[in-house]
Amino acid sequence: MVPLSYYLVLSGFLFACGVAGFLIKRNIITIFMSIELMLNGVNLSFVAFAAHWHALAGQVFVFFVMVVAAAEAAVGLAIIIAVYRTRETLNVDQVNLLKL
Amino acid sequence: MMPSLNLWLIPILPLAGAAINGFFGKKSSRTAVTTIGLVFPGAALAWALLVALRFSSVNLPYQEYIAHWIRSGSFSADFALYLDQLSLVMLLVVTGVGFLIHIYSVGYMWDDPSYYRFFSYLNLFMFFMLTLVLANNYLLMFIGWEGVGLASYLLIGFWFTKDSAASAGKKAFIVNRIGDFGFLIGLFLIIQHFGSLNFTQVFAQVQPLTPETAGGGLLTAIGILLMVGACGKSAQIPLYVWLPDAMEGPTPVSALIHAATMVTAGVYMVSRSHVIFERAPMALTVVAVIGTLTALFAATIGITQTDIKKVLAYSTVSQLGYMFMACGVGAFSAGIFHLMTHAFFKGLLFLAAGSVIHAVGGEQDMRKMGGLRSFIPWTFLTMGIATLAIAGIPPFAGFWSKDEILWQAYQTSWVYWLIGVITAFLTSFYMFRLLFMTFFGDYRGAHVDDHGHAHAAHGHDEHGHGTPHESPMVMLVPLMILAFFSTLGGLVGIGNRFENFLGPVFGTGMVAETAGEAASHGTELLLMGVSVTIAILGFLLAYVLYISKPYLPQKIADALNGFYKAVLNKYYVDELYAKLFVKPLVDASTNILWQGVDRKVIDDSVNNAADGARHVSDEVRHMQSGNLRSYAGWIAAGSAVVLAYMIWMGVR
Repeated sequence: MVPLSYYLVLSGFLFACGVAGFLIKRNIITIFMSIELMLNGVNLSFVAFAAHWHALAGQVFVFFVMVVAAAEAAVGLAIIIAVYRTRETLNVDQVNLLKL
Repeated sequence: MMPSLNLWLIPILPLAGAAINGFFGKKSSRTAVTTIGLVFPGAALAWALLVALRFSSVNLPYQEYIAHWIRSGSFSADFALYLDQLSLVMLLVVTGVGFLIHIYSVGYMWDDPSYYRFFSYLNLFMFFMLTLVLANNYLLMFIGWEGVGLASYLLIGFWFTKDSAASAGKKAFIVNRIGDFGFLIGLFLIIQHFGSLNFTQVFAQVQPLTPETAGGGLLTAIGILLMVGACGKSAQIPLYVWLPDAMEGPTPVSALIHAATMVTAGVYMVSRSHVIFERAPMALTVVAVIGTLTALFAATIGITQTDIKKVLAYSTVSQLGYMFMACGVGAFSAGIFHLMTHAFFKGLLFLAAGSVIHAVGGEQDMRKMGGLRSFIPWTFLTMGIATLAIAGIPPFAGFWSKDEILWQAYQTSWVYWLIGVITAFLTSFYMFRLLFMTFFGDYRGAHVDDHGHAHAAHGHDEHGHGTPHESPMVMLVPLMILAFFSTLGGLVGIGNRFENFLGPVFGTGMVAETAGEAASHGTELLLMGVSVTIAILGFLLAYVLYISKPYLPQKIADALNGFYKAVLNKYYVDELYAKLFVKPLVDASTNILWQGVDRKVIDDSVNNAADGARHVSDEVRHMQSGNLRSYAGWIAAGSAVVLAYMIWMGVR
């Protein structure tokens, strides 16, 4: 059986990748994917703990996270399309009308 | 049940007039302002006369409670009025002379653009003066006392665009504050020791005390402090300096406030407190000495002045000195008697001077007048009567009151009497000098050219003809009425009638002629003869110097060069005060309080705090760049730090 720590390391690695991508990339879609990566990193640790402690709450929570992520993807992609239509760019540094 | 006199109406009526004119006068016509401005004080006069008629039917002192004001522990001060013989005299003088001066002002101020404002202030003054006179406790009296000061300030600075008028107003206010400071401390002492400011209660507690002879004590302190207050309001040494400057105000104001009524408030207050003063001989001596010195001192300055109003101003200071001299020798009723006659003749003198100034187109310098007698006969006649009255020529009013004072002073000490007589001589001299310089000789004023000029600038027809002209009836009638009182007003004093009337107030009771007094009757007549002779001598001297030998005054002035200059410059008292008090105060305020405390400490601490806050925020501001990813970076870094900390803690 694979020890719990393996899952946690992988989960931490995925999360760190997500954070790094979120901070570094300028393309909105890449940033969006990085957020998904972070969510899934967390999901992995949830299920790993659920399996380890034989507690279903962790798995149930993962479903919630996935639902939220799906909803977020729908809304987020719609916004991205709208932004692209008006601004003709996906570079977040150029979408800065609200800045002083 | 005593019938109510509704005394409260008397002060309230002028207040209503002041409010109506003050709030609505700007948009009303002159006629409307005049009506309001005259009807309300007129109604107050009518009511005061009604009160006087019903006076014998009420129990004295009559007290009228209006509303309660301050109740604190055992101390209380109410809005309540007090009427006895003394306040009745003051009431009639204030409303009577006041109303006449209101009428006169209609003519005098008619062309002024701020006509309504003038009447509003004048009515306001009447309200406060009547409050002062009718109050039944020191605190309400103090309200009136401060209020007349306010009205005086407003009216001295009535033409506030003129620098000298504005600063004269300030000077009057500030000098009066010094006196009020003494007055207030006196009141605090009264509260502390007698627990009340109510006249009846305080005097009832003072009555059983024995006179403080050796060294003095509480009552002496109270008396002297009250006198400090009186010195400020009534322009006595050392606080008299504001009154001559107060002549910057319109002439009716000088007549009403700075001659007839307000400046006599100090005399009234001292007389009202006679119970305290009678038990503090030292305080009385202070009063008498101050009064006597002021009388002489101001009279000497009056001799050299050339501004017609300034002469009258110093004359007022001098006459007030007489009143305090009377109070100081314990002859309060003589002081009040002189207060009354003085209100008549000095009010008249000022109004007549105003009529003269009006006639010659605003000129106040007597050297540019002369020979006016044929141009303005009515003004000349009335002013002549007032001059005879103030000089002490029988049977005019001033003779009776001044003689009463001199007689009472003689009974205390011949020194007071002697100085009083010298002052009487000087008074007679400078008043006839004024009369001769103004009305006799040749007209030395502006001629047709200048006048035509003045006419073009003013743009009204009256001033068009080059010669001085008589004032309108509305100004002359008050002059005549006052002249009537200046002539006959003194007769009420014959045979101690006035004194007996005030007797119940001053506790002398009916003064029957005692054997001693009958014996000294000869002395009294002798003194009377002396003062009349002295007055005539003053007249003769003025006649010689200003009519028959007009070159003499200059020669005398040259002969007495140094002394004359000192007197002409009012003994340099203003300069002395400026050096002694004003300059150090201004310097200290500028260098220590303004530059030191205000700018270095208060301003700098506020400014530095603001600067510091701005610098810190300038730095911190950069964190909030609006760049979302940098925020995310901060969040990530923050959580990394928290994580690292927790892990490190967990390892330990």
